[in-house]
Amino acid sequence: MLRRSLETLLAFWDSSRFQSDSDRKISFQNAFGMPPVFAATTLREYFQDGWQLPEMWSFALAAVIHAVLLIVLFGLAPFAFIWLERKVSGRIQDRLGPTRVGGRFGWLQSLADGIKLVQKEDLVPKAADGMLFRMAPYLVCIASFAVFMVIPFSDGWVAVAADVGLFVLLAILSLEVFGIILAGYSSGSKWSLFGGMREAAQMVSYEIPLALCALIPVVTLGTLNLSEISAMQSGWLVNWMIFHDPFTFVAFFVYFTVATAGCKRAPFDLAEAESELVGGFHTEYSGMRWSFFFLGEYASMYAVCIVAAILFLGGWNTGLGPLDAALADARAVTADGFVGSRYLANVIGMLVTLFKGFLLIFVQIWLRWTLPRLRIDQVMLTCLKYFVPISCFLFLGAVIWPLALSTFLGRTQIGIFGDASPPLGERVPRAAASAQPEPGGADVSSTGATRDQVLPLATLSEHGAAE
Amino acid sequence: MNGGQLLFYLLATTACVGAVAVVVSQNVVRMAFWLIIALGSTAGLFFLLHADFVGATQLLIYVGGTVVLLIFGVMLTASGPYVQIRTAPAELVLAGGIGTLFLLMIASTVYQVDWEDATRRLAEHAPIDHPQTAYNDAAEGNTVRPLGLALLGTRPDRDLGSDSEGLSTGYLLPFEIASVHLLVVLIGAAYLARAKRRVTPNETP
Repeated sequence: MLRRSLETLLAFWDSSRFQSDSDRKISFQNAFGMPPVFAATTLREYFQDGWQLPEMWSFALAAVIHAVLLIVLFGLAPFAFIWLERKVSGRIQDRLGPTRVGGRFGWLQSLADGIKLVQKEDLVPKAADGMLFRMAPYLVCIASFAVFMVIPFSDGWVAVAADVGLFVLLAILSLEVFGIILAGYSSGSKWSLFGGMREAAQMVSYEIPLALCALIPVVTLGTLNLSEISAMQSGWLVNWMIFHDPFTFVAFFVYFTVATAGCKRAPFDLAEAESELVGGFHTEYSGMRWSFFFLGEYASMYAVCIVAAILFLGGWNTGLGPLDAALADARAVTADGFVGSRYLANVIGMLVTLFKGFLLIFVQIWLRWTLPRLRIDQVMLTCLKYFVPISCFLFLGAVIWPLALSTFLGRTQIGIFGDASPPLGERVPRAAASAQPEPGGADVSSTGATRDQVLPLATLSEHGAAE
Repeated sequence: MNGGQLLFYLLATTACVGAVAVVVSQNVVRMAFWLIIALGSTAGLFFLLHADFVGATQLLIYVGGTVVLLIFGVMLTASGPYVQIRTAPAELVLAGGIGTLFLLMIASTVYQVDWEDATRRLAEHAPIDHPQTAYNDAAEGNTVRPLGLALLGTRPDRDLGSDSEGLSTGYLLPFEIASVHLLVVLIGAAYLARAKRRVTPNETP
C-alpha cells in the first residue's frame, strides 16, 4: 500500500519534471550526431568540449565570464536607477531634476556623481575602528552582488542553477545587514550607532514575513528552484502566481512592502533617517566608501524586485500564451544545430525579466517620494503586529486553498479561465516537450510520451564513458 | 590540481585564518567580523561539496542569525565604545589545553577512517537513480527533493526500484521533535519578555 502510493508519487513527480539540459544534450547527440559545441548547455562544457581546454581553465574562464556579466549588471543597474530616482523625485516635487549632464535628460548625472565621489578624500574618523570601518562597505557590496548569482534571467541563463535557489538567495540577502551594522558600530559616532541598531532590529524582524511570503509560491508550485518557478508560470497572464488564488494575490503586495523595508527604503529608511540621525550608519563615510553603500542598496533593490517578478509575476514569461509558446519553441535547439533562435529567445526573456524588475523599482521610488517616514516604533509595530500575522495567515490560506478546492470543486484550481490556465502539473511537461523535439517529428503532447523520453542516469554515465 | 581543489584550499585557508583571528583578536565586534569570515568560508566549503542546502542553512542560521544577534547584543549592552576582552593567563592555558585535546580527537578520527573502503561502500549503497528536475544533477547539489521527502518520512531515492519489501525510515520524528522544541522555546521567550506590570490599588491614574 505504502509502496504503491510512493510509486504514484514518483510517477507524478516524474511527469511534472522539467527536462534537464544534460538529458537534452545527450539525446541530441544521439539523435543528430551534433557536435558538442552546439549541445553544450553551460559555458564550462562549451570551453571544455568545444575549445578542448583543460578542466581547470574552462572552469576559471566560465566563472570569470559569469562574474563579469553580473558585475556589469550590478554596476549599471544602480547607475540607471540613481538617475531615475533623481528624475522621478524631481517630477513628483514639481521640479525637473538633473537636466544638463550628458544631453537633454541629464542621463549622465550618475557618471558625474561617480567622478565627483572618486575624487573625494577617503576619511576615517579618529574614534573609528579602522579595519571594520574600511571593510563594512565591501561587505554590503559583496552580499548584494552575490544575490545575483542565483537569479535566473531567462530559461537557463543563470550563473548557479541551484535547486535550492530561493533558499540560497534569502540566506545571502540576510548578510547585507552585517555591513550596515558594522559600519554603524565602527564609526565611533552616536548617530551611526543608532542607525546600525535600528537597521539590525528592522532587518531581523522583517526577514520573517519576507521568507514566509516567498514560501507561498514555493508551496504552491512545489519547488525552490527559481528557474522552475518561472517556467511553471508560462502561458496566459492568469497563470502567473499573483493570479493563482486570493492568498497569493495579497502575498505579492505583502512581499513587495516587506522587501522594500528589507532594502531600508523610505518609508522604512530608519537606518539613515536624514532628519533625525544626520545620515545614520553612513554619517561618517565619504567618497567612494559612501557610494558603495548606495551601490549595494540599489543593486539589492533591483534583486528583490526581480525576485518578486520571478515569484509572482511570471519571471521571463510575457503573459501572452501564444508568444510564450513561440519563445519556448525558439529555445529548443533545432536539428541542424542552429542556436541563434534560442539565443534570441533568451535575450527577449531576459529583457522581460529586467523590465518587470524595472517597473517594480519605479514603484519603490514613487513610494519613497510620496509617503512620509515612519517612526521606529511604528516600523517595528507594522512588522510584528501586522506583517507577521498577515503572512502567517496567507501561508496557511495558500496551503489550504487547493485542498478546499479539490474537496468542493473536484479540481485544484478555480478553472474559470478554461484552457488558458491549465493545472500546474500540466504546464511544465508541455514546455519540456516543446523544448525537446522528437527526432522522428512525432507529436509529443501527452505527459506519457515525455516520461518515456527520460534517460536514466546510468545511460548518461555510460554515454559519458563512451565518449 | 583542478579548480575544485584550488577553491578548496582557498576556502579552507580563509576559514582557518578567520577562526584563528577570532581567538587572537581582543575586540568583540572584530571577533564577530572574523567569525563571519570563518563561517562564510565554511558555507563555501559546503557549496563546494555540492551540499547547497547545508551551505545555505549555514549562511542563514549561523552567519545571518547568530552573529547578527551577537553584534546586536554587544551594541545594546556595551558600556564603553569598544568592548575589549582580556584573558587571564590561566584561562589561556586551560582553553589552549582543551582546544588541543579537541584537535587531537578530530585528527585521530580523520586518520582512523579507512577512506577508500568508505568510498567503495558508499558507492555500493548509493541511492538509486531518479529523474532530475533542474539544470544540474544530484551530484552537483540538487538534492532538495530527496531531502524534503526524507524529512517527511519517505525515501523514494532508496525504496523505489529496490528489491526489498520493507521501507526505509525517514526523519519525520526528529523533524517534528525539533519543531515542537522550537515552539516551546518561542513560547518561553514570549513569556520571559512579557512586561510584568502589577497594578497596586493605591496607584490611580
